Amino acid sequence: MLKVATVEGKTPKIKRKSEFIVVARRLSKNSSAVIGFVVAALLVFMAIFAPLVAPYPSAKQDLAHTRQAPSAQHIMGTDELGRDIFSRIVWGSRYSLSIGFLAVLIGTAIGMLFGASAGYFGGVVDDIIMRLMDVLQSIPGILLVITISVVLGPGFFNTLLALSIGGIPMGCRLTRAAVLGVRHQEYLEAATSINASTPRIILRHVLPNSFAPVLVSSTMSIGNIIMMAAMLSFIGLGVQPPTPEWGSMISGGRTLIRTCPWMVTFPGIFIMFTVLALNLFGDGLRDALDPKLKK
Amino acid sequence: MMMSKNDTFLSVRDLVVEYTAEGQVIHAVNGVSFDLERGKTFGLVGETGAGKTSTARAILRILPDPPAKIRGGEIILDGEDLLKISEKEMRKIRGRKVSMIFQDPMTALNPIMKVGEQISEVIKMHNDIPWREANERAVKMLERVGIPGDRSEEYPHQFSGGMKQRVVIAMALACSPELLLADEPTTALDVTIQAQVLEMINKLKKDFNTSMIMISHNLGVVAEVCDDLAVIYAGEIVELGSKEAVFDHPAHPYTLGLFGAVPSLAEEKDRLNPISGLPPDPSHLPEGCHFNPRCPYAQEQCLKEKIPLREIGPGHFCRCIRVTEKEGKYVILG
Repeated sequence: MLKVATVEGKTPKIKRKSEFIVVARRLSKNSSAVIGFVVAALLVFMAIFAPLVAPYPSAKQDLAHTRQAPSAQHIMGTDELGRDIFSRIVWGSRYSLSIGFLAVLIGTAIGMLFGASAGYFGGVVDDIIMRLMDVLQSIPGILLVITISVVLGPGFFNTLLALSIGGIPMGCRLTRAAVLGVRHQEYLEAATSINASTPRIILRHVLPNSFAPVLVSSTMSIGNIIMMAAMLSFIGLGVQPPTPEWGSMISGGRTLIRTCPWMVTFPGIFIMFTVLALNLFGDGLRDALDPKLKK
Repeated sequence: MMMSKNDTFLSVRDLVVEYTAEGQVIHAVNGVSFDLERGKTFGLVGETGAGKTSTARAILRILPDPPAKIRGGEIILDGEDLLKISEKEMRKIRGRKVSMIFQDPMTALNPIMKVGEQISEVIKMHNDIPWREANERAVKMLERVGIPGDRSEEYPHQFSGGMKQRVVIAMALACSPELLLADEPTTALDVTIQAQVLEMINKLKKDFNTSMIMISHNLGVVAEVCDDLAVIYAGEIVELGSKEAVFDHPAHPYTLGLFGAVPSLAEEKDRLNPISGLPPDPSHLPEGCHFNPRCPYAQEQCLKEKIPLREIGPGHFCRCIRVTEKEGKYVILG
């Protein structure tokens, strides 16, 4: 009997493909996801290599050439202080992108921790955490972020903090729902029966199995957070001038929109493309990770 | 109370497990007692919901609490009451001294962990050895259950059901436990694979000199692997004895009913004789003998009084007042 079994096992070696490669391959067939990924990757490179990409320093004023229309020297024109808009956009991508990524990372991480605890332990723990999230969510997102920014004051780190807190409830709810789905799977019981500790079970067995929906939604929310950050800067609560953040650039140029439209248009276009690229990529990622949509 | 010998390895005494759901108390296990000797296999047979799995989970103390609570009893393993020791001490026992094979191999493995990693996790938990050595031992364990070692880098979805159950068994045996709780290990498998898996469990059990509790609703499985067995109905043992005693001389009306419902190749039969009715609602157990609503022999006394378990033959116990011995056979006075 055992011999039979061993023979069954000795089937020709199956080609092993890691899950990462499988997902990457499925993503690569989705052209809009590829476009999104390429654009997002270009933006990230632009941010990392800002000193090489930008033709001028971000704060270099040239008072002889203020409010210049796009030309060969200043491909996106200059602002009211003669600063090169393209250079400011390149430098500003560092702030916009890092706020987007970091706020999502922090918010999602905290949210996942709460959500996993709520889903795993259930009962009173669940009630307390979820009611706290209800309180956070009952305040409209923009209002919440504005309130926190007002209380903390403007600035890069405070903006980051405000946006992170705003992201906690989503991460928490999504994780909780996913954890509830795996909570009663037998492999968790099996893990208990082999003496895995509770933190280990949550970190090794529960969270990795409930990660996919959170990953997708956080990819998509990076775009939203960038818009929120731009909005905060626009109303003067976010990153402060002269930091070349995209939102504050639009804010600075809005009074001159009739005479010098390039001052608001180009940062706006960059925000739009960033958000679009991340959403396309997130959409593709969701399709690639969803086993029900496998062809 | 019964069968108390010196080489008793596990002794369960008057175990009571209750679940609380929506304000109702569900009496899952109501005073189960049995003994298990070292190296022997004990079978727990009964219908779905009779309390078999709850008994096994109580031994490992992995009942989901809430809603489940162990209300009373003792579980003495090697002279130590598992219900009295701390969670910290219990964790040393789980997976090392006592381990469990789960019912459904499809869900008992973490889908995103390599199978080798899942086995080495157990080994690493209980032995202070480097990961590499744990991995090597995991591969050896896989080979012992008949899976080529080079498949340890694969994920559960790359295995068939029978092979997954082998992985689960490898996990359970990785630290050579002294007691193995097999919770319907073959129920999710088809019959040919069932036979292979049972044979393998039997062999490994002998190699490791493991005691085992085999939970099953399949009398054939129990006949194949067990030394002693208990028939459980509504959270109570209704009949207990050696395999030979219970299979050759079933006494309790419920046990008789179970055997009556097994198709036989030897006999010409048109219809099986099922036990009429359904198992009782465990939140409202009938008074007296729990089996009385379905028992064709029930009398007034059965409706009112609790029926004790009594010895009807050497080491053969039965929870029925109507059974007497007549010319070497058990007869139910009707």
